[in-house]
Amino acid sequence: MSVLEVRDLEIDYATSVGPVPAVRGVSFDIEEGEVLGLAGESGCGKSTIGLGLLRLLPRGAQTRGRIVLGGHDILAMSPNDLGAVRWTEGSIIFQGAQHALDPVIRVGDQIVEALATHKIADGKEADSRAASLLERVGLPPRRASDFPHEFSGGQKQRVMIAMALACEPKLVIADEPTTALDVMVQAQVLALLAELQRDMGLSMLFITHDLSVLAEVSDRVAVMYAGRIVEAGPAAQVFTDPRHPYTQALAGSFPTIGDESDLQTPVGLDGDPPDPRELPTGCTFHPRCAQAQARCKETDPPPVAFAPDRVATCVLLEPETASVARTTP
Amino acid sequence: MGGRRYVIRKIMQALATLVFILLFNFFLFRIMPSDPVKLLTKGKGVQLTQGAQEQLIIDLGLDKPVLPISLRPLALHADNQLFQYVGDTLTGDFGPSLLFQGRSVVDVFLTALWPTLLLVGGATILMTIIGLYLGIRGGWSRGSRLDTGSMGFSLLFYSMPDFWLAMMLLVLFSTYLGWFPSGGYSTPNADLSGLAHIVDVMNHLFLPIVTLTVGYLGEYYLIMRSSLLDVLGEEYITTVRAKGIREDSVLWGHAVRNALLPTISQIALGFGFILGGAITVELVFSYPGLGLLTIQALDSQDFRLLQGLFLFASVAVLLSNLAADLLYSWFDPRVKEA
Amino acid sequence: MATLAEPASPPITPRSPKAVARERRKISRHRFWSIYRKSVMGMAGLAILIVFVLMALLAPLLVSSTGLDVTKVSGPALSPPSWAYPLGTDNQGRSVLTLIIWGSRISLLIGLLAATVSMVVGSVLGILAGYRGGMIDTALMRLTDWFLVLPWVALMIVLAAILGQSLTIIVLVIGLTSWAWTARLVRSQTLSVRERPFVERVKGLGSSDSRIMIRHVLPNVLPVIIAQTILSVALAILAESTLSFIGLGDPLRVSWGQTLEQAFDTGAVTLGAWWWIGAPGVCIVLLVLAFTMCSTALEEIFNPRLRQR
Repeated sequence: MSVLEVRDLEIDYATSVGPVPAVRGVSFDIEEGEVLGLAGESGCGKSTIGLGLLRLLPRGAQTRGRIVLGGHDILAMSPNDLGAVRWTEGSIIFQGAQHALDPVIRVGDQIVEALATHKIADGKEADSRAASLLERVGLPPRRASDFPHEFSGGQKQRVMIAMALACEPKLVIADEPTTALDVMVQAQVLALLAELQRDMGLSMLFITHDLSVLAEVSDRVAVMYAGRIVEAGPAAQVFTDPRHPYTQALAGSFPTIGDESDLQTPVGLDGDPPDPRELPTGCTFHPRCAQAQARCKETDPPPVAFAPDRVATCVLLEPETASVARTTP
Repeated sequence: MGGRRYVIRKIMQALATLVFILLFNFFLFRIMPSDPVKLLTKGKGVQLTQGAQEQLIIDLGLDKPVLPISLRPLALHADNQLFQYVGDTLTGDFGPSLLFQGRSVVDVFLTALWPTLLLVGGATILMTIIGLYLGIRGGWSRGSRLDTGSMGFSLLFYSMPDFWLAMMLLVLFSTYLGWFPSGGYSTPNADLSGLAHIVDVMNHLFLPIVTLTVGYLGEYYLIMRSSLLDVLGEEYITTVRAKGIREDSVLWGHAVRNALLPTISQIALGFGFILGGAITVELVFSYPGLGLLTIQALDSQDFRLLQGLFLFASVAVLLSNLAADLLYSWFDPRVKEA
Repeated sequence: MATLAEPASPPITPRSPKAVARERRKISRHRFWSIYRKSVMGMAGLAILIVFVLMALLAPLLVSSTGLDVTKVSGPALSPPSWAYPLGTDNQGRSVLTLIIWGSRISLLIGLLAATVSMVVGSVLGILAGYRGGMIDTALMRLTDWFLVLPWVALMIVLAAILGQSLTIIVLVIGLTSWAWTARLVRSQTLSVRERPFVERVKGLGSSDSRIMIRHVLPNVLPVIIAQTILSVALAILAESTLSFIGLGDPLRVSWGQTLEQAFDTGAVTLGAWWWIGAPGVCIVLLVLAFTMCSTALEEIFNPRLRQR
């Protein structure tokens, strides 16, 4: 059974000029023990999805579609029931953790709070659990009584990871977990996450704009552009054989280890991602697409399953798979 | 506790400010364009003889050099007005009051202190409790009826001179309805004692305290509200929510705890405004506190008394700021390390 | 590491920088107004403001100033509002409406002038401290903190009492005691402007510090200065009314605060002459409210973080 099932997810933000679409019809599954990488430029809607899965978006945001997490229909739940599902079914590791920990509460107590809220443990037992969680992520247990500002960036991220694991959630959403860290620390945190994922058999949604990170940790990858998944498939295949022009441009700028020519000729991507308030007609990528055709301005291509377990939304893929029925990635 | 360095730094800064206040106060009352003796005797129908005037100048120490050092001729003066002023001030000697003949400034001051403490203290407590509560509730459910109502109320009373509010309340509740006395600290010559006296004092205090509270409540609300909104936009609040914590624990256990910190220092800075408000409010209600005393000192040109009162007000604000800084260090773990 | 492109700067079209700047300013002025127009609070404040400004400017056309002279008026004393005297009369038989119309001139004038003084001092010190940093910053901010500690109303009272009572002195007293908040705000804004890359670039091109401060820092902190100055006008009007009420205003000029002082001193409270007390007060509240509302609306436009909330 899938740990997470997302169908036709649409999310609009409320702004002064009316609702602005951030996520426009996204569907994906995450199986038990699987790591799905969600990639895309900033503003493509990937972090919105991460927050939307637990209904953590700011007031005024509209979410439509279906989210089933650990068998719970998230969008249909009452706020009370939702509280019980948060952190036990799905937890989030926030970006950099620089500001993700409450500055005036000892980190141990912040972990204990999660344990106590979900009636997993309290009192002395919760304290010792928090300590052993810190130990699990490579921090001395006595640091439970320190405040967030007493930790370095990487250490804060470790605390965040320990906290995310506290209630043994079915799914861990890692939202740019290494972004604000320096390169050495990034590697350490990434290694820790990979190790924990392997040892504990965690299911993960790994959100990042850094493709090299995804190649390391994810089983499958979904690439987002302007609120949509434009290509999805097994990580190795997507990186070595990208089929959507957008993914191709990205993969072109992504050096394959050992391939000198890749390093020398990165294929750049001109322009900026579109303004969600004024999306281009047809395929939203066509203004930046090197292979754009006249019809790209008019038709927004549906997802095409051009090979087993591979999906992309591009008209170029249609002829060779004209007979394949539309499927969701 | 590692915050000792912070505490010491704050105390040193407060001392530096105190020096500034003393110097400022000293020079402020020496830039008067007119002859101090004339000012001192003006409007009292007193005609002083030449000898009496000279005696007064000597009594007031005005014959001495102003500063410990003079340039023309270059000389040092051990006995000068500045040193005398600082010495007198530090020993609590502000000299005799001109307005209240035969009483010292300190004596006059102490008599008026209690009513003001009652008024300003009471109003401060009331507006802190009500203002912070409304700010927390309003910020939490932004745009709710309570929030927009409090916002309108705050803007309205922020824009209202407190002496005008005082007069309108007096016209309505005293002149027309007769529910409250028209002013004063207590009923004169009533000779009440015990509970009856307390009720009488409260009865007189009611309108002034309402004026002051209502007039400054809005600022507390606005400060708390905006501070809470800042905190609610922080990432750690999303983390807390993601953990499945109940909403009222998110508010009281995390958001308020963080939002109170910047509020404390802002509120301390606003204390000077409440003191200022007390001046006109006491005037309108002829409430015999330090504010009314300030007006009396002003009307009778008793600059010595005025100087003492201004010094007191400055030091009171300074101390409230220092208290806020120390409270801050107590509540915010981040301060302790620095 | 391959990292996806973060937004780059828009393509530069070959036009003279001045034309670009002019164009941009025109667009932003246009956009500004279209946003401001949507703010109910801002428009209401502006409407009240216009009414009062017209009232002040047109005062001589609306009512003759002879109505202020106690020796030349013939109305009944302390008459409640009637057709002949819409806002009643004071104890000398003067129409309260006349007092209000003429008083609006002084209240507005002092408010605007004092706020200007406060703005100039606060902005200069704020930009200087924020841009120069180091010792200058430390010294100026110390001074600012000291001024913040001095109780404002008490300070104004003492200064006005010592220096005397004329319009100029009142303006200076209010202006020179209220700059500290502006200075603080402008400084923190300047600090963030200074960190922006273009300042570094201009510096590299060899611009002098004073030129950078005037040509580059000032335009960028101007929104904050404007919003704060409008709020200062509100505060200055309140301050003027307080000083006048205490009897420290210019005795020769009619202002709302002075009308309230006369009402209070002659026992309007015990006489129950609510119109005499009420009318000037309502005007002060409305005018101050108008400035405050405009300032709040502006701040919401200039500070997008507030707008999103």
